[in-house]
Amino acid sequence: MTNIGLEHYLVLASVLFCIGLYGALTKRNAVIILMSIELMLNSVNISLVAFSSYIVPLLLTGQVFAIFVMVVAAAEVAVGLAIVLAIFRGLADIDANNINLMKW
Amino acid sequence: MGLAIAFWIMAVVAVVAALGVVFLRNVFRAALSLVLCFLTVAGLYVTLSADFLAAVQILVYVGAISVLIILAVMMTREVQQGSPANRLKLPVFIVAVVILGIMVYTVMKTNWQVSAEAPLAPTTIPLANKLFSENGFVLPVEIAAVLLLAAILGAIVIAREK
Repeated sequence: MTNIGLEHYLVLASVLFCIGLYGALTKRNAVIILMSIELMLNSVNISLVAFSSYIVPLLLTGQVFAIFVMVVAAAEVAVGLAIVLAIFRGLADIDANNINLMKW
Repeated sequence: MGLAIAFWIMAVVAVVAALGVVFLRNVFRAALSLVLCFLTVAGLYVTLSADFLAAVQILVYVGAISVLIILAVMMTREVQQGSPANRLKLPVFIVAVVILGIMVYTVMKTNWQVSAEAPLAPTTIPLANKLFSENGFVLPVEIAAVLLLAAILGAIVIAREK
């Protein structure tokens, strides 16, 4: 309990990832789906930083990767929320079950 | 010892906040719970001695992304009544638990080559050297800048009134 190792961070990241996965796959509100995806990206960042500081403490490559994940997450959430707002303007609805215009 | 206490507090709060994001009925409260989760992740970065990333996490996630999400929640307020689940609830729960089990099993079974050295204490200068030096990550940094510009333009074009 008192000694925190790499496994603690990895298990925590796995738990957060699976919570985010559950939310992303089950929720019907498109904004909540985006929030769950952010949760998953955050958990991946935790594991990258944990690897960086436990396995290669002098190289910092994991932290550099985490920065790039943050960049892509910011771009993703900006475009995703713009799409949600555009859909809301057109359909007056953001229920993922009802957004099926492109369903074949 | 203090690090262990900090880790356990952050871990419990992060998991509870993440569960709140998924299970709270009110979408606005779920967004606030997400902000709490981002804050605890920043705290976890501090316990991992990643000080620059903790600051970036607070600035980018707590400052910018959560504002965007709350703005979207407020602009789509009239339609959403809570955040109901679709009919895949049980299968997805089983899949998530199985994936969690596989990941935890793998983490526990792997023999990690943990380094004995202490991590670098102020990471800002080494990170800058890593990102901007000749044999570092200069090209990905430039590509990330282009990606952000494209994302900004795309978001404006998509969200603009016709």
